[in-house]
Amino acid sequence: MFNEKIEKMTRSELDNLQSVRLVDVVKRVYENVKYYRDKMDAIKLKPSDIKSIDDISKLPFTTKQDLRDNYPFGTFAVPHKEIVRVHASSGTTGKQTVVGYTQRDLDDWSECAARALSIAGCTDEDIVHVSFGYGLFTGGLGLHYGSEKLGAMTVPVSTGNTMRQITLLKDFGATTICCTPSYAIFIAEEIEKMGIPISEFKLKRGVFGAEPWSDSMKERIERMLNIKAYDIYGLSEISGPGVSICCGDSFGLHVMEDFFYPEIVDTETLKPLGDNEKGELCFTTLNKQGMPLIRYRTRDISALNHDVCPFCGRNLVRMKRVFGRSDDMLIIRGVNVFPSQIETVLLNIPEVIGSHYKIIVDRVGVLDTMEIQVEISEANVTDEIKSIEKIKSKVEHDMQSMLGIGSKITLLSPNSLPLSEGKTQRVEDRRKI
Amino acid sequence: MLVNQIAVFLENRTGRLLSLSKALSDSGIDLVSLNIADTSDFGIVRMITSDNEKAAKALKEAGFVVKQTELVSIEVDDTPGGLTKVLEALGDSDIDIEYLYSYAKSNSSKASILFKTSDIEKANKILKNKKLI
Repeated sequence: MFNEKIEKMTRSELDNLQSVRLVDVVKRVYENVKYYRDKMDAIKLKPSDIKSIDDISKLPFTTKQDLRDNYPFGTFAVPHKEIVRVHASSGTTGKQTVVGYTQRDLDDWSECAARALSIAGCTDEDIVHVSFGYGLFTGGLGLHYGSEKLGAMTVPVSTGNTMRQITLLKDFGATTICCTPSYAIFIAEEIEKMGIPISEFKLKRGVFGAEPWSDSMKERIERMLNIKAYDIYGLSEISGPGVSICCGDSFGLHVMEDFFYPEIVDTETLKPLGDNEKGELCFTTLNKQGMPLIRYRTRDISALNHDVCPFCGRNLVRMKRVFGRSDDMLIIRGVNVFPSQIETVLLNIPEVIGSHYKIIVDRVGVLDTMEIQVEISEANVTDEIKSIEKIKSKVEHDMQSMLGIGSKITLLSPNSLPLSEGKTQRVEDRRKI
Repeated sequence: MLVNQIAVFLENRTGRLLSLSKALSDSGIDLVSLNIADTSDFGIVRMITSDNEKAAKALKEAGFVVKQTELVSIEVDDTPGGLTKVLEALGDSDIDIEYLYSYAKSNSSKASILFKTSDIEKANKILKNKKLI
């Protein structure tokens, strides 16, 4: 085990550690972040009211909107000179959610990512090929520092140039690959097309995350690459990859609960739910300095189980692989897309009727596709192809700059999209995940 | 001479052209010419009918959005070189053609050429000077 002391802690030892850390983090945010002080004052809650981890449900929730409202640095709890790194979420509205890390935060995150890799079976003997994007996105750098901390030989390939990825995987003899599950399938298919026998690779395992995937996708990756696939979970607001990891157990992923305290709450009432009950996953960062979050609502639907893991014997609580979302966020090729962003773009283009649109998401091969259908406005119906093409490229361009990913734009004639009397179904997700 | 044309935007979906055609036939409208400009996603149907006002009304009632445009129309001999003469005259005077189509009438030695240009007046004048209309 990478950190036997923590990974083998008993439930009561974990409770104690979490209690001490919760009392401390609540005190820190109350003293240093106006946003939290205002929120606690509003319900007459004092830091001294929080005495143990059992008091966590007295605290108010934090949402992504709260982070946007305090963009960019409004929720930082330390002076800027103590921040050594920032990341930002892939959801690209004008306002991203920005996260600041102190050196200790980065060390803790590396510890989590190292622990995650070790739970998936990696040691310092391994060669870890990191094909997550390096940059504002936390995937690449998160696993990079985790792998280095573990002492593994780390190959920082980042995304793109699949041919080179395959050459390096083969020539370096990588034993572990980290990427999105869909990219793993893409790589596997390319290897097949190139006619290279999989026996020429030394891959043993893959650590996959950043997008939803199914058991059948997992089986396919394992078969095609002849590896064992592990699910890794993380989100930039909390830190990045390494918040939790699958050990091979069928229930789910072990949460690094000495750093991140998970709760499952009812999506309507926000009341905490018991073990095995499905609800929205919330996290409290127990040790973070730069940007601690209290009861942050991830919008991911999951369930928890506090039993000792029958597979690996760890006590660290397990969370179910994320079932879905409690909001309408779509994850398209790893990028967070909200229908409201699409609507905003369309409403700003007078040539189309911005309120009459439909989003169709599909998966062709392993690649997510998004089609946006929108009605052209009556005044812009014309007898010339080029004026229609011009409107189409304008929508395409504005959409790309807002979302950061390409989409297919289909213009429809006015009044051709049915608007139902109730809530109009604007998103059709045809992906079979 | 000027001719009124009806244009309709059609998304590329099965049955759209049929419903357009049905809307016209149900109102007893005869198509004089029909031309479709298409891309992979959509098409623009351009028509001249026996009664454009009535056709536009029928199409609107059927839910189509209609755009009416004036085109320049020339009658030429339906013999080799008929179109070339017209294009030469327009080209020499730098008249831009947005699009052009033609149809030949049965039982006649004449063909009609219809085109859209940004400067209808100038086009008309040139064609008159060249005695083409």
